[in-house]
Amino acid sequence: MSSLLKVEGLVTRLRNGAAIVDGISFEIAAGETFALLGESGCGKSMTALSLMRLLPDGVQNAGGTVQMEQASLFELPEREMRNVRGGKMAMIFQEPGLSLNPVMTVGQQIAEVLELHQDLNADAVLQRSVELLDQVGIPDAARRIDEYPFQLSGGMKQRVMIAMALAGSPRLLIADEPTTALDVTIQAQVLQLLRDTQVKSGMAMLLITHDLGVVAETAHRVGVMYAGQVVEQASRDELFTQPLHPYTQKLFAALPSAGRAGQSLSAIPGSVPPLGSITNGCRFAPRCDKAWALCHEQTPAWTVVGEGQGVRCHLYSCAVSTVLSTESASQLSVPSIQNSALSTQRSVLLQVSDLRVHFPIRKGLLQRVVGSVKAVDGVSLSIPKGRTLALVGESGCGKTTLGKSLLRLVPATSGSVQFDGKELIGTGASRATMQMVFQDPYASLNPKMRVAEILEEGMSALNIGSNSTERQKYIDGLLDKVGLARDSKWRYPHEFSGGQRQRIAIARALAVSPQLLICDEPTSALDVSVQAQILNLLKSLQDELGLSYLFITHNLGVVEYLAHEVCVMYLGRIVERGTTQEVMHSPKHPYTQALLSAVPRIDGEGRTFIKLEGDMPSPSNPPSGCHFAPRCAHVMPTCSSYPETVELSATHRVSCHLFN
Amino acid sequence: MNFIPVILWSDALVFLLIAACITATLYVRRREHLLLPWRRVAQSSMAMVSLLVLSLFLLVGLLDTLHFRIALPQSNNGEKVYSPEVLSVFDKVVEPLRTHTEKTYSAPFALTLYAKESMTDAQGNIVREYPRLRFGGAHLADEAARDGDIAKRASVGALMGLLAGGVLMLLVRRWFAQTAVLVTILIAGTLIGAIANLSTAYHVLGTDKVGADVLYLSLKSIRTGLIIGTVTTLVTLPLALFLGVAAGYFRGWVDDVIQYIYTVLSSIPSVLLIAAAVLMMQVTIDTHPEWFTTSASRADLRLVFLCLILGMTSWTGLCRLLRGETLKLREMEYIQAAQSFGVSSMRILTRHIMPNVMHIILIALVMDFSGLVLAEAVLSYVGVGVDPSMISFGTMINGARLEMGREPMVWWALAAAFSFMLVLVLAANLFADAVRDAFDPRLNRTEVK
Repeated sequence: MSSLLKVEGLVTRLRNGAAIVDGISFEIAAGETFALLGESGCGKSMTALSLMRLLPDGVQNAGGTVQMEQASLFELPEREMRNVRGGKMAMIFQEPGLSLNPVMTVGQQIAEVLELHQDLNADAVLQRSVELLDQVGIPDAARRIDEYPFQLSGGMKQRVMIAMALAGSPRLLIADEPTTALDVTIQAQVLQLLRDTQVKSGMAMLLITHDLGVVAETAHRVGVMYAGQVVEQASRDELFTQPLHPYTQKLFAALPSAGRAGQSLSAIPGSVPPLGSITNGCRFAPRCDKAWALCHEQTPAWTVVGEGQGVRCHLYSCAVSTVLSTESASQLSVPSIQNSALSTQRSVLLQVSDLRVHFPIRKGLLQRVVGSVKAVDGVSLSIPKGRTLALVGESGCGKTTLGKSLLRLVPATSGSVQFDGKELIGTGASRATMQMVFQDPYASLNPKMRVAEILEEGMSALNIGSNSTERQKYIDGLLDKVGLARDSKWRYPHEFSGGQRQRIAIARALAVSPQLLICDEPTSALDVSVQAQILNLLKSLQDELGLSYLFITHNLGVVEYLAHEVCVMYLGRIVERGTTQEVMHSPKHPYTQALLSAVPRIDGEGRTFIKLEGDMPSPSNPPSGCHFAPRCAHVMPTCSSYPETVELSATHRVSCHLFN
Repeated sequence: MNFIPVILWSDALVFLLIAACITATLYVRRREHLLLPWRRVAQSSMAMVSLLVLSLFLLVGLLDTLHFRIALPQSNNGEKVYSPEVLSVFDKVVEPLRTHTEKTYSAPFALTLYAKESMTDAQGNIVREYPRLRFGGAHLADEAARDGDIAKRASVGALMGLLAGGVLMLLVRRWFAQTAVLVTILIAGTLIGAIANLSTAYHVLGTDKVGADVLYLSLKSIRTGLIIGTVTTLVTLPLALFLGVAAGYFRGWVDDVIQYIYTVLSSIPSVLLIAAAVLMMQVTIDTHPEWFTTSASRADLRLVFLCLILGMTSWTGLCRLLRGETLKLREMEYIQAAQSFGVSSMRILTRHIMPNVMHIILIALVMDFSGLVLAEAVLSYVGVGVDPSMISFGTMINGARLEMGREPMVWWALAAAFSFMLVLVLAANLFADAVRDAFDPRLNRTEVK
């Protein structure tokens, strides 16, 4: 198989000499998808930008060659390079909202590429643009072509980005985390589109991602990156059946799933080493439990293991290692019997009934209320003591608003929230009993306050601890509990990594000794290895302190790992609830089924993907009758009325006419 | 006692400001984590050089703020009578500069006036000639000896200044190790020494229309500029900060009311508003002569009122900026985290929002400072600025403006005001920039503990 793109010894450096990308080599054949897998900060995106020769200021190429169809890209003059970009090699980015120009129509933006790379007249450009939009599955393309990006949803924008990338008929498509910002159902649509396009056009694809599931679904071959180096390269099947490098093995082990519920995840200690700190020896050695003296002294060389498979690890360069490598692959995973204790036996801590949060839409000179956004529309749920309830749903379904209304950060329109038998709505009851852990650890800590001040704030607001010294003592205990050094309390949040910041945020919530923590996607901004650390922490805190969690997430692996019960939310209402076992393994509602099937899984061979058409409707104007009906495959005439909740078992409830 | 101290309104405000600064310093000194950013400021040579320059200006301004009246030899029924002229310590320090006034314009280092006059010479003929100055270079018999004399005086002064600077440098070396600071001390010492020595015999920057020394005017203007800059800021800051942050944080009717106020206020042409207010105030002052014992106190009250009025009209820009920033900040998750603890709104405003808008305030204030000094010049031109008897950059520029069209041009008054303002504003900008950097936790890592 002749390669379309051949990268050899690519080195990219900062001006101060620190290598971001350090000697990367790989090949991509036509029609093949090569995935670069790695955690944030390991140099994936910089590799892509190096190939395009679009490196930001302060970063420069420092060696290596890139061959693309006989042309050496680093030797081309800038004029010819411009033809390569877009014409031979196109790129799509992570955030579709930011990569489209908001003041140009979709058609203009596609036409711009067409005019540059294809010699077409105005009519042909228009026609081709419509074709492209059709090709990427945008309905009613002829009309959409005159729309502006803000009129499109996130998935649509990413489709337009793909259409733009395809406009120059590139031989290679670089996709930099193309679905990270999208919901699972939309992600499934986009990945499907990418695969279909590749089959049709025979182009090669360089997929950059941190998501093992996406790799498993899309890639043919995989390169695992760590700290600027490719540490392992293999075909997808080889990698997923027998990962060789300890780092890759750890990545798999760190993934939360149902099989690991009950036991702690094998988190990778520490974090990716900072740039420029790299010295002799293996870069992963400080975090590797298989490291021995040689690993710290000598940088491991690239060892070819099999056909197209290689690894950068001393384990495989020495003969001794064969014994070691096999043992790790057979990691024991005994699924503990979880979820056996039925929640009904426990006393109920939080009881929410028929909670509604409506935001009024005001219009006109007098700001008259003309309608309302029904973010939360009649939700009932209960959380027993010491249990975890997961709230699952796509973005915009109202799960965060629900969490905030429980904390009274958003006023509830009607309904009741009883905490430990006491009504919270409309009363000034103490806030100490419930706290929240937010999604983005970079936005949830005040950058101008030191850790000690952050932790003390809640305590002093709720009069916990009589004086400052007492509180400081308590803070020391808290830091121990969440696994941070005591002296870190005199530092500012920016001096901590994402995972450490999330620990601080958890410590802040724990400072007032709450009984219920509302975790709003607490790990979605973190890397897989760090996510495992945080999930372990949450789990051990639950065991230790008997906390209850309301876990808001879209990551179903996390749900299976951590939750006892699951509620699936769609457009402000809960459509299905039950124990994790029931919902995850025998989902009843068509939406739950579609949602579960859309999640890319590393063991996802042979599952059927239920394609969901279109996007979620606006909560200001929900479809009459069953909200899911317009996207549902099993839609019936009775769906024009909203279905009653049906009890399938003592714990499993679903709102769908199929079960009436 | 031979004199009586006089505390004008603006003096009182300055003393209040100094007291606040001292209290803040004492407060910060006892808290290590607050002291840390200031240590970083002290380590930055750019900050210390600009602070050094700034402190020279502050020193002049401060000396000029200590006012007194001298006792006259006459007495009124045994009671001492004090001169109606209010002097400052600075006036005493530069006594020769103040008293050496010529008849009218003269160029820098000139020996003669700028315009020819009819004179009677020794023979009794009336000739048109450049008359010699009364003070500038009066000690020289021969006009040709001027250049040599200037060089001699300048080098003697420079040497003295260098010596003083060297002594000072040795004294402060323990605290300020940066070479740039030490070099600045030497340069400043040399320059001040040379100018000081020259100014006893010449008008280094020439004289203005009424023959006053331009160097003296420039130095006196510093106080007016500083007062307009700082006191106006004192008025602007609480209004802009409190209203802007409150509007952004509370939204709803609070936001509506505050927005209406500042929209209305900023849509009134500010020069007209200021003119109307100043004129009203002037009428009040004129109808109550019994309120003022001296003309200086009358001019001073006008200055304070001008600051107030400038402050009242110029807070809207900063307020709008802060409102926007607060709108962004209030959606941050750490604010919501604080709300979920039940932290009071006032505390959220002061602990979470205000520290996070400080960089905007700092930059906006320093930028405003130069704008205010210029605004004063514009207002003086319209006739509603400071009292005509008060020396300020505005009145200097205004006076020089008409002479720009003259041939040959009278350039020195304008050039002097320009360069003094430039150095002052530039030093303030650079210092504020360094302070902002030192306080930005993202740019700095904690070194201690």
